[in-house]
Amino acid sequence: MKKPIDALVKVGDLPLGLCGAPGSTVAFKTGDWRSVRPVLDKEKCIYCGFCYYYCPDGVYQDMAPEKYYKADLDYCKGCGICAHECPKKAITMTLEEV
Amino acid sequence: MAKRIGIEVSLAVAEAVKLADTDVIAAYPITPQTHIVEHLSELVADGSLDAAYIPVESEHSAMSSCLGSSAAGARTFTATSSQGLALMNEMIYIAPVLRTPIVLAIANRALSAPINIWNDHSDIMSVRDAGWICLFAENGQESLDLTLISFRVAEDPKVSLPVSLNLDGFTLSHFIEPIEIPDKETVDKFLPPFVPCFKLDIKAPMSLGLLGGPEYYTESRKATDDALLASKTVIKKAFAEFNDVFGRQYNVVESYQAKDAETIVLAMGSISETAMTAVDELRAQGKKVGIVRLRLWRPLPIEEIVEAVGHAKNLAVIDRHLVLGAPYGPVGLEMMSVFYSASQKPNISNFVLGLGGRDVTRDDFKYIFDRAAAQQGQTRYEIVGVLE
Ligand code: SF4
Ligand code: SF4
Repeated sequence: MKKPIDALVKVGDLPLGLCGAPGSTVAFKTGDWRSVRPVLDKEKCIYCGFCYYYCPDGVYQDMAPEKYYKADLDYCKGCGICAHECPKKAITMTLEEV
Repeated sequence: MAKRIGIEVSLAVAEAVKLADTDVIAAYPITPQTHIVEHLSELVADGSLDAAYIPVESEHSAMSSCLGSSAAGARTFTATSSQGLALMNEMIYIAPVLRTPIVLAIANRALSAPINIWNDHSDIMSVRDAGWICLFAENGQESLDLTLISFRVAEDPKVSLPVSLNLDGFTLSHFIEPIEIPDKETVDKFLPPFVPCFKLDIKAPMSLGLLGGPEYYTESRKATDDALLASKTVIKKAFAEFNDVFGRQYNVVESYQAKDAETIVLAMGSISETAMTAVDELRAQGKKVGIVRLRLWRPLPIEEIVEAVGHAKNLAVIDRHLVLGAPYGPVGLEMMSVFYSASQKPNISNFVLGLGGRDVTRDDFKYIFDRAAAQQGQTRYEIVGVLE
């Protein structure tokens, strides 16, 4: 039987109990699930941190010296919560073009 | 020295859990299983069992705790019935794939609705596809013995799977029977300490319970099925070694007067003792009848079943659960599929009885033996004793 193209590990090669190295989600980039991305207007940002705290995926990084928060697009799923919660409407959800 | 005493079967199961030096018990009481965990909580409280007893707030938490404690390398036990097993369902399906050895005693009870606390097999049949090894006990001694065997099999590194030990609610769980309680030294000879194949350890971190997308899911499920099928060899070996140590031989499939029988009843659990009495009475009248009982339900011991019943003219399969909307009960369906491609096969019919605690008598079995021999090509299950 031809190997299904999207199978990654053979039945017999899976680790017992499917246990794996810790922190494996770091390698699992979920950003490509996104259809819209948050785009920040730094001019409007007051560095309040709402986006940082509300993001359910915890993808915002504190860019302390420059006083803003940056979304890590490798993991941002485009839920739009940050844009919704931003008190200054500094974040615009923008369609991902393929 | 082993001692033979009169003891309620639930308490005997709890004594076996104690003799097994169980590390963690996480359980929620539910009738008719309550006496098992109640007695265990007493044993832990009075210091005679050095275990952590987690009095969880639900069965969902009970099985979640069991997953965690087993993954941390602790010998783990829980017990439930009916709605409790239903509430565990989410975690029941996780344990086999994560290969966490857990022993779960189920005092089998009907699922609601209507609310019913009495015995049938609808609870275990609702999770029969989950990947647990499923054993069915016939009597009190067997319930105690299979508890010890369950730990041994579940924790065998070639298996590393959870085991459900099914004992009929009330009919077994609440009966006082003469049961031989083995001594600790003998149990230790049979049951070595649990050495997990992997374990959660803060000194060597690892992840367990990972996401398995389309690239992994099929292979993960197949790997679990392979492990479950392969466990049969280990189960048979454990039965043989149990016999070496304790002098009681168990088989995955048991036969009574079945070798030359023309009509065989196939059943699971404690009603086979009633069926044996019916067989004795029918044999005295010269009728060639016999009983075959599955002690092992998962993995289904196909070769042993074919060997035990393949020669019969008629096979009457007993179900203690009604599959709504289907032509036959779960055991009936499986026996039909086992023999579907066989060139020589018995005339199979399926009888549903003993639902929600309805009494099953010798006369029911006599009716079944006659009916199974008289009819050909049954197209739908028949309920024995339904008022309509
Ligand atoms: S869109 Fe959602 S996931 Fe992406 S950064 Fe904003 S809150 Fe986080
Ligand atoms: S919520 Fe808006 S204003 Fe506040 S830090 Fe984030 S982008 Fe800036």
